[in-house]
This record gives sequence, C-alpha cells and structure tokens, in this order.
Amino acid sequence: MASFFDIRARKAAAAANAGSSKAPASKQENNRLQPWVEKYRPKTLSDVTAQDHTITVLQRTLQASNLPHMLFYGPPGTGKTSTILALAKELYGPELIHSRVLELNASDERGISIVREKVKDFARQQLSNPPSGPAGIEYGKRYPMPPFKIIILDEADSMTQDAQSALRRTMETYSKITRFCLVCNYVTRIIDPLASRCSKFRFKSLDKSNAGQRLEEIAKLEGVPLGEGAVDALVKCSDGDLRKAITFLQSAARLVGALSSGKKDADAMDVDEPANEVTKETVEEIAGTIPDDTIDALLKAIQPRKNGSVYAPTAETVQNIVADGWSATQVLTQLYDKVIYDEKIADLKKGKIAMVFSETDKRLVDGADEHLAILDLVLRISSILSSG
Amino acid sequence: MALLVDKHRPRSLDALSYHPDLSERLKALAQSGDFPHLLVYGPSGAGKKTRIVATLKELYGPGVEKIKIDSRIFQTTSNRKLEFNIVASVYHLEITPSDVGNYDRVVIQDLLKEVAQTQQVDANAKQRFKVVVVNEADSLSRDAQAALRRTMEKYSPNLRLILLANSTANIIAPIRSRTLLVRVAAPSEEEICKVLTKVGKMEKFKEVEGLNKRIAKESGRNLRKALLMFEAVYAQNDNINERTPIPPPDWEALIAQIADEIIAERTPARLLQVRAKYYDLLSHCIPATMVLKTLTFKLIVKVDDELKGEVVKWSAYYEHRIRMGSKVIFHLEAFTAKFMGIYERHLMGMEF
Ligand SMILES: Nc1ncnc2c1ncn2[C@@H]1O[C@H](COP(=O)(O)OP(=O)(O)OP(=O)(O)O)[C@@H](O)[C@H]1O
Ligand SMILES: [Mg+2]
Repeated sequence: MASFFDIRARKAAAAANAGSSKAPASKQENNRLQPWVEKYRPKTLSDVTAQDHTITVLQRTLQASNLPHMLFYGPPGTGKTSTILALAKELYGPELIHSRVLELNASDERGISIVREKVKDFARQQLSNPPSGPAGIEYGKRYPMPPFKIIILDEADSMTQDAQSALRRTMETYSKITRFCLVCNYVTRIIDPLASRCSKFRFKSLDKSNAGQRLEEIAKLEGVPLGEGAVDALVKCSDGDLRKAITFLQSAARLVGALSSGKKDADAMDVDEPANEVTKETVEEIAGTIPDDTIDALLKAIQPRKNGSVYAPTAETVQNIVADGWSATQVLTQLYDKVIYDEKIADLKKGKIAMVFSETDKRLVDGADEHLAILDLVLRISSILSSG
Repeated sequence: MALLVDKHRPRSLDALSYHPDLSERLKALAQSGDFPHLLVYGPSGAGKKTRIVATLKELYGPGVEKIKIDSRIFQTTSNRKLEFNIVASVYHLEITPSDVGNYDRVVIQDLLKEVAQTQQVDANAKQRFKVVVVNEADSLSRDAQAALRRTMEKYSPNLRLILLANSTANIIAPIRSRTLLVRVAAPSEEEICKVLTKVGKMEKFKEVEGLNKRIAKESGRNLRKALLMFEAVYAQNDNINERTPIPPPDWEALIAQIADEIIAERTPARLLQVRAKYYDLLSHCIPATMVLKTLTFKLIVKVDDELKGEVVKWSAYYEHRIRMGSKVIFHLEAFTAKFMGIYERHLMGMEF
C-alpha cells in the first residue's frame, strides 16, 4: 500500500498497464539510476534515428562482412558514438566485443607514444575466436564476426597532429586485420592524409520529425504525458541535438513529477487523476530560453526617441538581463532572430547590424565580459537604427 | 570570527531564501535517483555554490558537510611536481582547475578516472555515484573540456559532474550537450533586503529599512557584496540611521578617484599618474576586467548622453583585448588615452 502513494510506482504501474514496459522489474530498478540519455542509447543499428543513409550503408557492410576505415563526424548528440558501438555489438556479439574492439577517447592519454604502443599492441594481437562447440556454431549464426578487429578513436579531433601522423603508418601496416573508426565533431581538425584513408559519414543534426518521434517514444516508455507543443519546444530548444533534448525531457518530467507528488496528498483518493503534463513552458524554462517579454523590453529600450537618450533605459535593462544570469549567447541568438526578421528595418541597416553581431559573437567566444559586450552591442544597434 | 556571509549561509534547499522554483527543481532532481550532470551558471554572488552545497546535502544527507582538504601532488611529464588542493567528503570532491594551470586536462582526467573506478566507500550511501564539483569551469582549457566528453558518458554510472561557471560562452558545445543547464539569477533588490533583515535579526542589529534598501541598490544585486557592506556599516558605526554612509571597498574608492582625475585633466602627465594607480590595483589582485568595467560605469555618469555609447564601445573593445592580450596594463592605459581623446574632442566641439 505504501507504494501506492509513491508517484514513481504509480507511473511504472501505469506504463506496465499500457503494455509498453518490457524490461523485467530488477533491470528496471537498475535502469532507473541512469540518466535517460544512457538508458535510451540505441542498442542496435536499427535503433539509430534519422541517420538513414549512414545506417543503410553500414547494414550492408554488416552483411558483406567487410568494412572500410571510417570517419564519423557531425555535431554533438547526433548518434556517432552510439552508431559505432551498436555496429561493434552487432558484428561481434557480447562474447567477442571486448577482445575485438578497442575504444580510445580523448580522456585516455593519446600522445604519439600511446598511439604507437597501445594501438600497435592491439593491432598485432591474434584474432580471438568464438566459443567452441555447438554454442559457438549458434553464436556464429547470430554474429558475422568478420576476420578483423576494430579500433575506435572517439573524439579524434583532440588528438595532436603528431599522433595523427603516427597513425597513418599503423593504419596501413595492420590494415589486413584491423579497421579504424575515427569519431569527431570537427572534421577539419583531422589531418588530410588520415581523412583521405577513411570513408566519411556525416551525421546530420536531427530534424523535427525524427527527433520528435524518438522523444515521444521515450516519454511513453517513461509514462510521462506530453502537453500540446511540448515536443516541438524540445526539438526547437535543442537545435537538433537529441542528447540535449532527452536531458531536457528528463528534467522536465522530474519537475512536473515533483509538483504532482506534492499535490497528491490532498486528494490521494483520486486515483485516476492524470499525472501532470510536461508543457511547452516547462521545457522552455529548463532550456534557458529568454522570455519574449524580456527581449521585447530590450528592443523597446533601444528604439531611438525624440526626447531624451536611450542610454539610461538600455543600461538598466541590460543590467537586469545580466543579473538574471541569462547567457549572453542566448541573448545574442534571440535578439538576432527578432532584429534580422524585422521588416521595418531597412536592408542596408540590417547589413550593418549583422556586422555588430559578428563582432560580439567573436568577443564572447574569446571570453570577453558579457555585460560590456551586450551593452555595446545594443547601443550600437540603437545608433544604427537612429542614423539617417 | 566568521564573516556574516559564511556564518549565515543556508545549508539546505529548504532554507534558501529566494528562487523557490529553482530549489524545488533541484530537489526533484536530487530525489529522483537519476540525477544528470549539471552546468550551473549565473553572475557572481548569486549564490550558485550555496545552492549546490545544499543540493549535495539533499542527495547524500548531512555526511557531505564533513569535508577535509586533501593535498595532492601531481607529477607532470617534465617531472615537475605540482601541488594542489582538493576539498572532499566521502561522497563528493571539489576542484578548481585554475589551481593547476596548463595541466588541467591531465589532472582532471586522472582525478575523474580515479573517482569513477573506486566504488562508493559508504555502503549505505544514498547514491551509487560520487559527485565532482568543478569550480570556475569556464576557465577550463579547451583541451580539458574535450577530454571530458566521453568520460562523462562512460563513467556516468559512478560519477556525476557539477560544473560551476559565470557564463556558458566558454563551455564547448559538446559539454553543454551533456549537461543540464541550470541558471541561477542574482536575487532582486527586495530579496536582498529580506536576507539583510533576517541576518540583522540574528545578529541583533538595529533594523533600518532605508539603509538596507540603499545597500541592496548599491550592491548591484550581488548578495555577497551586500552582506559584506552590511557587516562593514554596522562594524564601523555606532549610530546607524538611514543616511549612514556605506563605505565602498578600498579598490572601488580608488577607481572612483581615477575617474575624477581623468575627467579633470586630460594630459600625458595625468595618464602617467593614473598608471601608477592601475599598477596598485593590479598588484592587489583586482582583475583588470573589473577595473575597466568599474571605471567605465563611473565615467559614464559624468559624461554627456551623446558620449555614453562611444565610451561603452571603447570599453568593450579594450576589455576584449585584455582577454586576448598578455599585458593588461597596456589596454587599461589605451582605454584611458582613448577616453581622454573623446572627451577632449567633445568639449572642443561644444566650446567653439
Ligand atoms: N540518431 C540517434 N538515434 C537515437 N538516439 C540518439 C541519436 N543521436 C543521439 N541519440 C541520443 O543521444 C545520446 C548521445 O548520442 P551519441 O553519444 O551517439 O552522440 P554523439 O554523436 O557521439 O555526440 P558527441 O559528438 O557529443 O560525442 C544517445 O545516448 C541517445 O540517447
Ligand atoms: Mg560521442
């Protein structure tokens, strides 16, 4: 009976009734402790959303049991790491994956000496074999186990140039029995001779329909009701980064969960009362989107006026925005959208304004003071607006 | 004797006196068991650290308050020994990357691996993971941040990071993608007044509402600064009333003086005198950005409206250079010279 009052137990029960929870209870308990991004990391290639072209090509290689060296690149949270891990799993299965796949990432020491030694040592090793006997035959049917090993260099963009050069030779020397998969965000930081040895796979930012579908699936599995427009808000606020979207969803769910569990005592008898929804507003708040009112107030403050200067109202608004902790880059983005799409501003002026945005963005990335940078930006926009 | 700032620091989420919504959110996250990595940002003095310490308590109970300071020695590749401190309880530890300078990548990597590979010592711990708090995360080098990417995913069963920063601009996108962003706004002036009243009661200070309001305004919504001023006013005066002057910090008084001097005389000789004062400030560890910014706002109130935008423009310009360059004094001086020029020209224009 105690668990009856526990919101989570209720949710789990609701999910089980809906027939969407397949995991056994003990596993679920364990899973509960994981952030959702890990819990819902794609387990197989077909679980990976939206990267259709890449997945089709990889699935074909799965059948052909051959693989080129590969280079995965693209923005954060688009499935690169998940894809290569899933591919490895499908190729070798649980028994062989540890002996056939080496994963190195930027958190491992990866100077020249490491590439030379660790990678060489691994590349040189004999190929491990599947379990013997009938179990092995069974295993062979399920997993292709191609006759090579895979070395995953995740976050390869933070390897030094020297280490990358050292890798060239290694790649060729052992190409018969090893394949390399380089994964990175910034493809330009991979030296040319290395990049040209690999088949390149670009991971796209997730678009609205694909990301939305995945988010809805997760929400259903977790028993989180989504309000009108919530999915759209999640997708919009995360800029095609599914990991970010999932994290937003999780904390939004926790937030409304907490609120409803606080309310629950009052009407504990009302069992059918639906749990609180995740709304568009909750999502926007969690994502750190600045309310339209605030941006509008800033725009109003900088409008040229006949009597009196714009300085005082502008300075005050900016000071409050900074004290409220809004990130300057967020101010920049939202202000840009408003100003550049404002039809009342002449194109020539927009050009000038765009230049100010460019300069401010650069300064912010260089670590300039946010308060001064934003104040300078808006005062300059104001003076462009007031010029003849 | 502890400063008021430390003495009356709230220790639990329920005791935090402003942003109840945010406290509620942190509480919900802490109780959920699947706590994500956090990136906590907001202006300084907004109470980020206090809030996080309270969150840790919500996560682990009072045990997190038993902290000790570990002194570690790290051996660099060139065999130099690097000593730095770690604040730790059995459940969490806390590091400040600027303590280790250029070696932040290796040090953090080593440390996180160590944490991730050791199990929670306390078998009854409420959480399976340990928390690593990184202070001033915006000063982490790009390299160090890049190194965190996969670590944050791979070790997530045993490890959560809480990054504290004034701004998110210097945090690379892949890290922002891996954390839940938590914004901590500075308290409003009313909220600061409330805190002052509360602390005053506990200290048995005579309550003067008008004074509290002035302090709140003067502090620029910085609670730490407000409490320091509050304490200073009561320590330095016996008879407190609405008009008791609030002593500005020494460095601020000096900058106000510089502003007056620059306005009064725009000559190379004056520039030289002012330079000596800049050196004085810098040698007392007042960051150059703070000097420039404070000076800018002191100058602005003294110049005509038409000049204000121009002053901000050059201030922002030289502040950027302070960040990018290596000799901060050059840029402070350049700004001063620039200001003198603008001001002079403006006066001429008006006189003729
Ligand atoms: N295409 C996708 N399909 C399904 N889930 C995805 C996809 N992309 C990202 N995710 C979700 O986001 C999480 C992070 O994805 P992943 O680690 O593969 O990103 P990544 O591309 O390697 O990012 P980074 O460049 O930051 O390393 C996954 O655990 C999963 O929950
Ligand atoms: Mg990755």
